[in-house]
Amino acid sequence: MSDALLTLEGVHTHIGAYHILHGVDLTVPANQLTMLLGRNGAGKTTTLRTVMGLWHASQGRITLAGQDITARATPDIAQSGVAYVPESMGIFSDLSVKENMLLAARGARTIDDVDTKRLEWIFDMFPAMKKFWLHPAGKLSGGQKQMLAVSRAIVEPRQLLLIDEPSKGLAPAIIQNMIAAFRELKAAQTTILLVEQNFNFARQLGDTVAVMDDGRVVHSGAMAELAEDSALQARLLGLSLGAHQ
Amino acid sequence: MNTSVITTPATGSVARWQALKDFDWKPVALVPLLAALALPAVGSGSTWLTLTVAGLAMGLIVFIIASGLTLVFGLMDVLNFGHGVFIALGAFVAVSVFGGLNAYAIADSFWLNLAALVPAMLAAMVVAGAVGLVFERFIVRPVYGQHLKQILITMGGMIIGEELIKVIWGPGQLALPLPETLRGSFIIGDASIEKYRLLAMGVGLAVFAAMVWTLNRTKVGLLIRAGVQDREMVESLGYRIQRLFIGVFVAGSALAGLGGVMWGLYQQTVLPQMGAQVNVLIFIVIIIGGLGSTLGALVGALLVGLMANYTGFLMPKVALFSNIALMVAILLWRPQGVYPVANR
Repeated sequence: MSDALLTLEGVHTHIGAYHILHGVDLTVPANQLTMLLGRNGAGKTTTLRTVMGLWHASQGRITLAGQDITARATPDIAQSGVAYVPESMGIFSDLSVKENMLLAARGARTIDDVDTKRLEWIFDMFPAMKKFWLHPAGKLSGGQKQMLAVSRAIVEPRQLLLIDEPSKGLAPAIIQNMIAAFRELKAAQTTILLVEQNFNFARQLGDTVAVMDDGRVVHSGAMAELAEDSALQARLLGLSLGAHQ
Repeated sequence: MNTSVITTPATGSVARWQALKDFDWKPVALVPLLAALALPAVGSGSTWLTLTVAGLAMGLIVFIIASGLTLVFGLMDVLNFGHGVFIALGAFVAVSVFGGLNAYAIADSFWLNLAALVPAMLAAMVVAGAVGLVFERFIVRPVYGQHLKQILITMGGMIIGEELIKVIWGPGQLALPLPETLRGSFIIGDASIEKYRLLAMGVGLAVFAAMVWTLNRTKVGLLIRAGVQDREMVESLGYRIQRLFIGVFVAGSALAGLGGVMWGLYQQTVLPQMGAQVNVLIFIVIIIGGLGSTLGALVGALLVGLMANYTGFLMPKVALFSNIALMVAILLWRPQGVYPVANR
């Protein structure tokens, strides 16, 4: 198993009066894609937002490449190489695709400063980004916006990608396109923590998996192991479904 | 990087044409529509031209003042009811600078007049910007995210500011006469166009052009536009929105100082309470425009300027609340303002 890039130890998060995470323990190995599964309200999005510093952990410790980032501000965490794609995608609708990409490339003052080879790599994965380069991002379809959100996250090399439900609301053909793109990112040794509800999507991509319920990680291990064990799937995901109902 | 691999001129022009086609022209068209509707009501073409130029000049001065305020609200959701104090401060600083450069201000030379006017504008901007920095740190920052407290404390800040102005410059009204060559009018047919109003229009358009260029052509401008839409995402991309906000607050205060000089010269008198008087107008403007929108603020300011001048001539008793009626009518048409900011 690879070394851990991201580690959460006993992380608790409160949002106002609500206690959402109840001691999350999670390890994200370097150069692998880790799936974070669980029912609605299990705490998956809160986990990503807590890692990103958008909500602060009230207890516990988060380390990135050995550095404690628990109390760091969001811009500091982003600058240490973490990219975040929220469930809402966070696209700047009034800005063009090009302007969205330029903002994500922190080191670039103009688009001419962005690495051409990297842009071409992104365009190969998502040809729509090239086609609609100068168009307002708000005019893109839902799938294209998701492609832009992922493209933005990878416009510069990052240590870790945090991606929240990229398949949500997308047509099957677009989901296949996203799966192909994530395979490409895996091949490029990118470390990804990906929240997903669609198990079929998750099983095709995940190297490792963690399942959350009621603000805790209730299972973690190899995705292949979970994919092959229908009894375990029924117990973990069925248990989650039952709790949800 | 060679951007031609990304976009050919053809795709660039297609995108630009598409953007022009998609642009919402209706709010912009309201400005000439209002002017056209006023023509038969006013009756005389020359009077209409005089009123229209006066309205556009007033609108552009109000835009200079309001543009910073709308970005401050858009970026950080801050309701700054103390914005008016920077207007008054700018105007009083101009009185002092004009006092010091009186020989230049009264000289019958356009260039010598400019030698008094430009330092007055720059000094007003520097002082208002510096006070804005202090105002943000000690008055606005402790109440982020708390609208009621923002309203109360920023209004309190404005009262303190007004009292400090009285301590420094006295409680009374002071004269801010126009420089010699900016007095009088150009006569076009039977219409009288005041020279200063043309200058005010020029300065207002220059500020608008500079803002459009900054917001569209620089990375800081892109960050401001992005921050107005989704500040959390801007932070997630690794930028400190707080620093950006301080910069915008200071720039907005400096512009209010410049607007104060323009407004003071427009009225030719300055009062410590002048900021509070203009505050109502600028809030109407940014609400009409769609909170956070620069183009919306321009459209709102021009409509407010024209409406104030037309109704002031046609129905002076109605003029007092004509702009509130205009705001109500526009909000009935577009409840989020004429150019609402996406994602908010």
